[in-house]
Amino acid sequence: MSDERAHGATAHGATAHGGTGHSGTGHGHGRTSQGGALPGLLKGLAVTARTLVTPAHTAEYPDVQPSLPPRSRGVIALLEENCTVCMLCARECPDWCIYIDSHKETLPATTEGGRERQRNVLDRFDIDFSLCMYCGICIEVCPFDALHWSPEFEYAELDIRDLLHGRERLGQWMPTVPPPPAADPGAAEPKEVAAAGRPARPARAARPAGAAGAGGSTRSAGTAGPAGARPARPARPARPATDQPATDQPATDEPDPS
Amino acid sequence: MAEVAEAVLRVVGVLAAFLVLPLVVGQTEHKVMAHMQGRLGPMYAGGFHGWAQLVADGVKFVQKEDVTPAAADRRVFRLAPGVALVPYLVAMVAIPLAPGVVGADLDAGLLFVLAASAVGVLGTLMAGWSSANKYALLGGLRTAAQLLSYELPIVLAASSVAMAAGTLSLTGIVRAWEPWWLVWQAPALFCFVVAGVAELARPPFDMPVADSEIVFGPYTEYTGLRFAFFLLSEYAGIVVLAALTAVLFLGGWRGPADDVLGWLWTLVKTGVVALLVIWVRVAWPRLREDQLQSLAWKALVPVTLFQLALTGVVVVMTA
Repeated sequence: MSDERAHGATAHGATAHGGTGHSGTGHGHGRTSQGGALPGLLKGLAVTARTLVTPAHTAEYPDVQPSLPPRSRGVIALLEENCTVCMLCARECPDWCIYIDSHKETLPATTEGGRERQRNVLDRFDIDFSLCMYCGICIEVCPFDALHWSPEFEYAELDIRDLLHGRERLGQWMPTVPPPPAADPGAAEPKEVAAAGRPARPARAARPAGAAGAGGSTRSAGTAGPAGARPARPARPARPATDQPATDQPATDEPDPS
Repeated sequence: MAEVAEAVLRVVGVLAAFLVLPLVVGQTEHKVMAHMQGRLGPMYAGGFHGWAQLVADGVKFVQKEDVTPAAADRRVFRLAPGVALVPYLVAMVAIPLAPGVVGADLDAGLLFVLAASAVGVLGTLMAGWSSANKYALLGGLRTAAQLLSYELPIVLAASSVAMAAGTLSLTGIVRAWEPWWLVWQAPALFCFVVAGVAELARPPFDMPVADSEIVFGPYTEYTGLRFAFFLLSEYAGIVVLAALTAVLFLGGWRGPADDVLGWLWTLVKTGVVALLVIWVRVAWPRLREDQLQSLAWKALVPVTLFQLALTGVVVVMTA
């Protein structure tokens, strides 16, 4: 601002002088003038002097670690135990920088005559940070909270190929993941907290008919309205060993016709 | 034998001042300019707030290749940095630090210092002419124009003080100095500092080296140690200008307890003027070439002439 004023004043004075040679305009520039340049020059001195006595805002980074805000996107940490190799992250990644290999393991049945279960075992979980654009989609999309943002950012390498970080390295960043910041005052309760705080469901009756009616009456006492008029749910039939189709599920919620 | 020892001591003292003070001014400029711009400046070299930054810079400059352009006038080109630097060393010889503490107490000390420091600009002219580079030539011509314009106000302002003191000896001027001269010689003081800054081609009068238009003016083709000499000569020039201002206009070693602390007063006054030169560099934009000439011929020369007349009248009336 002050510089502009000084420039304007001096330029005007000089051009006027150059065009007409009038001696009066010669005083329009330089420090000796009483016109617009002098306050501008003084203002320049004042601004610099004020800045001189104001502490600098320089972040002395290598000596002083920066205080990063919560949810800083430094690096992606992997909590390997939570990963089920669902491949959602790798598929959603816009630049395909997540590489996952796995194999299936068969677990023996835990009970006599039970079913053997198959489990995915993670063999490789690499993120190429030379490709990653820190969009965070993989973290958003992970259904099991296996991926987290860590504020760590000091993982520069001299060779671009060294930026492909394996699961051990990604796991090492897990302790640096900060706890989630507290919710704002007055914010809605998180769903999982609300669910945990709700009273437990009454125990389901083991037998249908008469016993179920008693259970239904206690429930209707708790909740008013048409929901209380609903007939009691029958006990869920024991599941067969084989997988049932999903369409079977809603049928159990229907009132028993019998 | 004692005379020889004393002479050696004086020369060593002047040399030490010549090697230390410009670096102190340069480091001060680094830090003060940084803080005026909301930065920190050098922080690492030497450990404590980068105090050894200029030493490190010197080591760097020594390691660099010393290039002489093929088309350059080789001897002039290689001689120019020395011509720019040494005159300030010579000028420092005659500037008194305290009563009796001076390299050489010359009867015409003022004349000697002004003449010697004016030679320094010649080095820049030589560099501009011998580089065989159009930017260097442009810068050299601008330097020449600036030297012609601003040497006159410097000499007029200094002669005003010499008239007031009735002597050309710098120690004599300090002895004759009285505090009310600060008012009486104020226009001369102002013109002397302005013209001195202009002659050093320091911002806001750095048209000869205006890096945004003519690369680096006369120093464009210089590398390594020779370039460092030009930079050093700029800071040595600031020291000479500031010390001369302190001695001529601010009373040199005069001050409370000046029989003991005289040297300190000289250094403090020199430091204040040097700080002002740095401050002006940070705060103000560069003057255009025609504005430079207008300032010298339309403002400084008339004011110093008026000052000279005023001084003459007062001297005649009080004598």
